[in-house]
Amino acid sequence: MDEQSMDRTVTRLAHEILEHNKGASNIVIVGIRTRGEFLARRIVEKIRKVEGVAPDLGFLDITLYRDDLHGKLEQPEMKGTDILFDISGKDLVIVDDVLYTGRTIRAALDGLVALGRPHSIQLAVLVDRGHRQLPIKADYVGKNVATAASESIRVHLNEVDGEDSVLLMHPDSDERGSAQ
Amino acid sequence: MKLKSRHLLGLRGMPPEDIRLILDTAGSFREVLDRPIKKVPPLQGKTIANMFFENSTRTRLSFELAERRLSADVLGFQSGGSSVSKGESLKDTARNIEAMKVDMVVMRHWASGAPHYLSGVIEAAVINAGDGAHEHPTQALLDLFTIQEKFKKVEGLHICLVGDILHSRVARSNIYGLKSLGAKVSVCGPATMIPRGLEQLGVDVYHHLDDVIPSVDVLNVLRIQLERDAGRFFPSLREYHQTYGVTLRRLSRAERPVTIMHPGPINRDVELSADVADGEHSVILRQVLNGVAVRMAVLYLLATGN
Repeated sequence: MDEQSMDRTVTRLAHEILEHNKGASNIVIVGIRTRGEFLARRIVEKIRKVEGVAPDLGFLDITLYRDDLHGKLEQPEMKGTDILFDISGKDLVIVDDVLYTGRTIRAALDGLVALGRPHSIQLAVLVDRGHRQLPIKADYVGKNVATAASESIRVHLNEVDGEDSVLLMHPDSDERGSAQ
Repeated sequence: MKLKSRHLLGLRGMPPEDIRLILDTAGSFREVLDRPIKKVPPLQGKTIANMFFENSTRTRLSFELAERRLSADVLGFQSGGSSVSKGESLKDTARNIEAMKVDMVVMRHWASGAPHYLSGVIEAAVINAGDGAHEHPTQALLDLFTIQEKFKKVEGLHICLVGDILHSRVARSNIYGLKSLGAKVSVCGPATMIPRGLEQLGVDVYHHLDDVIPSVDVLNVLRIQLERDAGRFFPSLREYHQTYGVTLRRLSRAERPVTIMHPGPINRDVELSADVADGEHSVILRQVLNGVAVRMAVLYLLATGN
């Protein structure tokens, strides 16, 4: 996926979110740090262009809610949660780059219910690569990519990586295949 | 990123990047304390023993709150009314607590070096909550956090510690931490209460408040520790207040506002006049709030870093 196709995909996700929620009036958008934050910013900008108003935007750090905190070799860095509005009663859309095992989203749900009681929580992801380990499903999917568990998906975003692309990485080669 | 040491015994020799990691992490926990639900789960299943061999209210409560906010199980222990008064040694007390599968020990002790000794005889991570007249690292870290919150930096600021430097573990830890982050540090107090050789730590020594006030950004006013027989070191509390008491009149000589800190508990109108303690430039209650966030950061980093 290159810059143009990613932009089209983000545009479609924004429209689907608006269609499903019948407008932007009760929507709030929460991006999961790090890459979900920038995708969330883009979706909010698309919604603003269509509806004329931008929904509230916040960022969630899920570190404290991870289920592997005590087994990891590398201590994860906390980047801070930044949600400066009340989420209670809102239709809250979580935004992340890749949906894989579902554990990140499980952690995010725990983090969000500690902040309030939204009317609904929905999930938007750029890539769903399968291999779920928890009963979690996305409401809005940019692209379904069939992967082997040994492969990995790299989402690169201009804001952090200097380019927009989605790459499928094979474990036994350095060959970068673009996920079409 | 993780801390270099698996214990927090003191700030002496702690790398500046470790201090910054604790302060940055504390910033994330500070946000947690503003939430409607102030509890997060990362220390679920961990057990922490708070062993206080010396009286403490705010440090003990602050640690306990930090531990509960992180969802740890907390054991309380105070030397009065425990087997310590029956003559049990520190090592035996600690090993018995450890036999109950404790993951971390937070210890306050009247003897300098007690937490260092403990860290050598038990497996659990040890956090020094104040040892004798030696160090009180979490107090200094919360002081650093509060300074950074107010000034957005520590480097280049001039911080003066006022009062009883000799008996003060808060002063020692502050000096190590502030110097490590590049602050200019001075102390001011009666000659009887300034330890000899302090200049070797790169600290300027003053004996008159009026000499130092014009150039300071922060006065960290230490408590006169009456329970440590501090009265032997100066003629009377009244005279101490006249010479070293921080008052509005004295502060009015500074060209810029001076931020006032105090580790508590305050002896009002001894080291600090009431109007200064409650004044607009006092961050004393801010220190108390930040203390919980800083202790959460230390507990979290030590518990998840190993």
